[in-house]
Amino acid sequence: MRLRAFASYGPAIVLAVAILLLWEAYVRAGNISPQVLPAPSAILAGLVANWAVIYDNMLPTLVETVLGLLIAIVMGVILAILLDLSGWVRKAIYPLLVTSQTIPIVTVAALLLLWIGYDIRSKLILVILYCFFPIAVACADGLASVEPELIHLLKSMNASRWQILWMVRLPAAMPAFFSGLRIATTYSVIGAVFSEYVGGEKGLGIYLQRATNSFAIVQVFAAIVVISALSILLFGLVSLIERLALPWYSGRRAGA
Amino acid sequence: MDIPKLQAQGVTKAFRSGKRRLDVLDSIDLRVGVGEFVTVIGPSGCGKSTLFNIVAGIESPDSGTVAIDGDATGRRTGKSGYMPQQPLLLPWRTVEENVMLGLDVRHVPRKEAQTQASELLKRFGLLEFAGHYPATLSGGMKQRVALLRTVLFNRSFLLLDEPFGALDALTRVTCQMWLLDVWQQFSSSVLFITHDVREAILLSDRIYVLSARPARVLRVVEVSLPRPRNPEQLAQPEAVQLEQELMSLLLKEQAL
Repeated sequence: MRLRAFASYGPAIVLAVAILLLWEAYVRAGNISPQVLPAPSAILAGLVANWAVIYDNMLPTLVETVLGLLIAIVMGVILAILLDLSGWVRKAIYPLLVTSQTIPIVTVAALLLLWIGYDIRSKLILVILYCFFPIAVACADGLASVEPELIHLLKSMNASRWQILWMVRLPAAMPAFFSGLRIATTYSVIGAVFSEYVGGEKGLGIYLQRATNSFAIVQVFAAIVVISALSILLFGLVSLIERLALPWYSGRRAGA
Repeated sequence: MDIPKLQAQGVTKAFRSGKRRLDVLDSIDLRVGVGEFVTVIGPSGCGKSTLFNIVAGIESPDSGTVAIDGDATGRRTGKSGYMPQQPLLLPWRTVEENVMLGLDVRHVPRKEAQTQASELLKRFGLLEFAGHYPATLSGGMKQRVALLRTVLFNRSFLLLDEPFGALDALTRVTCQMWLLDVWQQFSSSVLFITHDVREAILLSDRIYVLSARPARVLRVVEVSLPRPRNPEQLAQPEAVQLEQELMSLLLKEQAL
């Protein structure tokens, strides 16, 4: 079972290794200056050599990401429940919600800098802006997807509105919620890195910017590798939590 | 002493959408005595399920009265065990937890609810499935679990809306026998909906035949086959004659 799960990643691993080898060979053959595109081996060496500094910059980014994501989850779920309360609330909030996503985050970042400055609050707000929307929308759709007959059944049992929400609607919305959360998770690291571009003392975004400004191309790539690795790790963590929290669902999906 | 479980008089219901008006029920009189098995039969789309939702307290009639245990004014939700056409088991709850649903709604302590559920599962031969998720059960098994959930919530008055409609013929007969077993063990009063004439004859003490929409009571038939019933009784001349009589009545309605 575990072996088969690992085997399902096989083709992706083979392809990735093949690309890396080609890249390495291409750079080593002298087709391109290592100042423009360093070889994978050089990036790895750079990552190891600079690990202490990169690690030091990674921690604040990780804190911003996870904290922002957690707040976004709470806000997203509360918003989804509000949207689900009545048709009127949905009609009032939903268009505003969509509009909020059309505002370019770059401009919001500039405003936040003016209003709040560069402490962690402005960074959290940016991460939340990136993440709450997919969570709220997916969760609201999940809440609305419950069969009306099931609601009838609970009503015939004299269940209260909150009991129906707690016992039927929220659990039924969990698969959709996790779909939204997985999307939000992939956004979250990028959101945090981007928020640091605006300013600050430490963070992968700041490290990346400094490396770019000093043409330290190997360090730029090393930072990118770390950012991707963080995203993949968080994504994997969310998938793991989903599988543990929804044993009835993951089994069904595997069977489908 | 003579208070019936259910007494419906002159129940009328219409649905409006904009200017259109759909008359569904036209002055229905219905009676289910304590411990009786009463079936409502009618052409498809005649409003049987609407009648059901009214008895269950999910909808209210435009005019007429519905009294459960002689009470025509109080709320009716919670006074009957309501079982719709689909089993509507919650996929995230195990069989045992699904059977407990009604007790959870009533805030019965977990331990006690569990004891009652497993006792019921044991009594009706489903204990070995207690820890299974519904996705792993067959259609007939799901309906049995749904029926036990209904019984555990309210064993004195069962409202069953075509519970075996989606099952294959063989499974259906075993489920019917099983239902009669449950009914006899708990001396429940049952209001049963079907469009299957043979099923109605096999199970019922009394059959109400409804017309096409708007539904009126066309005929009330007492079934005097001796109990306990078995499928062979359907071959007796009395049953065959009744079947043909009801069939022709329904066919005339269906054509209209």
